[in-house]
Amino acid sequence: MSAYGVDQRHHTLTVLVENKPGVLARVAGLFARRGYNIFSLAVAPTDDPRFSRITIVVDVESAPLDQIIKQLDKLIPVVSITELAPSAARERELLLVTVEVSPETRGQVIQLVGVFEGKIVDVGHDRLTVMLAGAPTKVDDFEDLIRSYGIMDLQRSGRVALPKLDRTDDRSRANAKVLGFAKTTEKAG
Amino acid sequence: MDPKELTGAQALIKSLEMQQVEVMFGLPGGAILPVYDPIIDSSIRHILVRHEQGAGHMGQGYAQATGRPGVAIVTSGPGATNIVTPLADAYMDSTPLVVITGQVATSSIGSDAFQESDTTGITMGITKHNWLITDANDIPRVVAEAFHVATTGRPGPVLIDMPKDVAQTKMNWYWPEPSDLDLPGYHPVTVGDPELVRQAAELLLAAERPVIYAGGGILKARASEGLRELSERTGIPVVTTLMARGSFPDSHPLCLGMPGMHGNYTAVTSMQRSDLLIALGSRFDDRVTGRVGDFAPEAKVIHVDIDPAEHHKVRHAEVAIVGDCRLVIDQLLSALDGLGLPHSDATRSGPGGTPADAVPGAPAVAGTPAASFPRERVDPWRATLSQWQQRYPLVYAQTDAPGELKPQFVLETLRDSTPEDTIVASGVGQHQMFASQWWKFDYPNTWINSGGLGTMGFAVPASIGAKVGRPNRTVWAVDGDGCFQMTAQELVTASSERIPVKIALLNNAYLGMVRQWQEMFYGERYSEVYLSPDLPDYVGWAEAMGCVGIRVETPEEVGPAIDKANSIDDRPVVVDFRTDTSEKVYPMVAAGDSNDNILVDPSQVGGDR
Repeated sequence: MSAYGVDQRHHTLTVLVENKPGVLARVAGLFARRGYNIFSLAVAPTDDPRFSRITIVVDVESAPLDQIIKQLDKLIPVVSITELAPSAARERELLLVTVEVSPETRGQVIQLVGVFEGKIVDVGHDRLTVMLAGAPTKVDDFEDLIRSYGIMDLQRSGRVALPKLDRTDDRSRANAKVLGFAKTTEKAG
Repeated sequence: MDPKELTGAQALIKSLEMQQVEVMFGLPGGAILPVYDPIIDSSIRHILVRHEQGAGHMGQGYAQATGRPGVAIVTSGPGATNIVTPLADAYMDSTPLVVITGQVATSSIGSDAFQESDTTGITMGITKHNWLITDANDIPRVVAEAFHVATTGRPGPVLIDMPKDVAQTKMNWYWPEPSDLDLPGYHPVTVGDPELVRQAAELLLAAERPVIYAGGGILKARASEGLRELSERTGIPVVTTLMARGSFPDSHPLCLGMPGMHGNYTAVTSMQRSDLLIALGSRFDDRVTGRVGDFAPEAKVIHVDIDPAEHHKVRHAEVAIVGDCRLVIDQLLSALDGLGLPHSDATRSGPGGTPADAVPGAPAVAGTPAASFPRERVDPWRATLSQWQQRYPLVYAQTDAPGELKPQFVLETLRDSTPEDTIVASGVGQHQMFASQWWKFDYPNTWINSGGLGTMGFAVPASIGAKVGRPNRTVWAVDGDGCFQMTAQELVTASSERIPVKIALLNNAYLGMVRQWQEMFYGERYSEVYLSPDLPDYVGWAEAMGCVGIRVETPEEVGPAIDKANSIDDRPVVVDFRTDTSEKVYPMVAAGDSNDNILVDPSQVGGDR
């Protein structure tokens, strides 16, 4: 059973931060010292080199989401925080897994990868490395099914997410709740 | 050298001058050496401390007394780690403090070099923000950003870590415009949401047992005048927390004094019975609320705080307003105007004189029936409060028995023998609570203490910083013998710099507050709390540090000793008051207990409440 099962406890925050040394430590340190649990975390630069985006899946059992967001917002390098409820987000995750295969199971594994639209990225005599990108639940399902063949190595990337697009207005990010508080530029000054 | 070309060190000192820094507290060492050279030529006074912790607390004392940021400068490694406590203290009490630390050269960072410590890492969780400068060209901008962050929004400590090679590198001098600051994620909200202000005003007019719960934010926002007007116009009484003592005059008839673990009965119980708490710059600290589930059970809450993270953190607020207390109080007063609340006899004065102009976005609600706000409606409540005040005043009994000089008697005598605007600094423990209870604070920024962190040893250096910032005021430190031994060496600093602070040492030969808990909650099993009244010899120690030392053992000696201390203005004075060992601080709410179970002085037990 995947740990991703209890989805209501998990909220995704996409946090736009200044791309400066130590910013990830500030974010991680805040979670540690205030006792907030991070479920997964992914960080990468954005198209604007001044900023990075951190996608954090938080466990709201450990603290009220409101507190987590407000404390995060107090960090000076945090520019904005967007909370993505599971229903309002396009979430994706990447999985790399090396599976043991015998002559009998090799075909089954390849078939399963095909069903899930994954990709075989490396082939050995008795093992295959598979890549799968998709919604976290799909990745969960695949991981569950592939397990019986014998997982030798597995790495998931952690979630990344963007808000769902509102088809009535493509430019809109109406589904995403932008929690800028003090950080939204309109209120600046 | 091009006239505009400076070393990083020169640029740092010049940047501090540009910030109108008049004094800094510090102690040099290897990594900060280059920065100490231009200090010789600077207009900034440098006060050489004897321990880096002293530099930090002096900066805090300076800041709390003046409202301007304190500045401390120390070297890398042990210099930096020694100032960690003041940073944590300033963070808890939202004190603007700018600390500059030396750092090993950038090429050595991460190599376990001599006197290297990961200063930005260590202080990350106890500063509002910190910076490691890696390019000398960043220095003016970072200094400007650091002062901006320290003094705006919810104030707090910041730290600038300055590697030695950066201080020695040449840069082209500039001074940044406000728009040059690189703080895309920092825009504190100061003006309250008008709709929320309107809701708050309506709640305020509907309340029957309201209490204003004033916290340290009133002082940070310089909102004392507005607070007074709000209270007077509405007739709502005010409690002032440990961090807010002096923000509303103790001598004012609407002042109920300090709430909390050692608050007076009326202040504590007024909040418990209240139907509306108006929390202004206060944060529902555990020392105020007691057991949170039992705190003020019938009260709705209006919570004004510049830090949105304080809202709903401990107690849900019906109306939570993000903003600066001074501005929001002005908005609230305008909203009350709009609701037809008549002005009090005391007309509006001071900077709030033109409320309509001063408060953008203030709601205009005209002609609502709430106009008949009855200050009279609060009268029965105030009558109840008066009854409690009469029934449960703060009490103590000074006797003639030897060895029973009461600390409260010392404080009352001291209070009555010093100017009204005397600044009082204190350490942490029984003496702190006695001082807060028995002093009469009638002026803002006259009470300087370590509230949130509870740092023993705060008083001596904080009083020195306060005296430096307010040289024309009388400054007394009220200290305990346990606290005094932690930072007393800074009196050497005070003597050599001719900073005439006065120390009232309440010497009960014990770690008194711990002793009190062991007596009350550990069956009188006293574990490691005895200190001895005469080891060290405090008078001899004071004299060795260049101070005048006076010993007081009987009540008759108290007044003359204080008069003598007050007459000395060319050096520090230490008065060693040998106080009653067994005196306890009352009232008391036991840690984790409900405020309803407040323990009053044993002489007041029994009878109806």
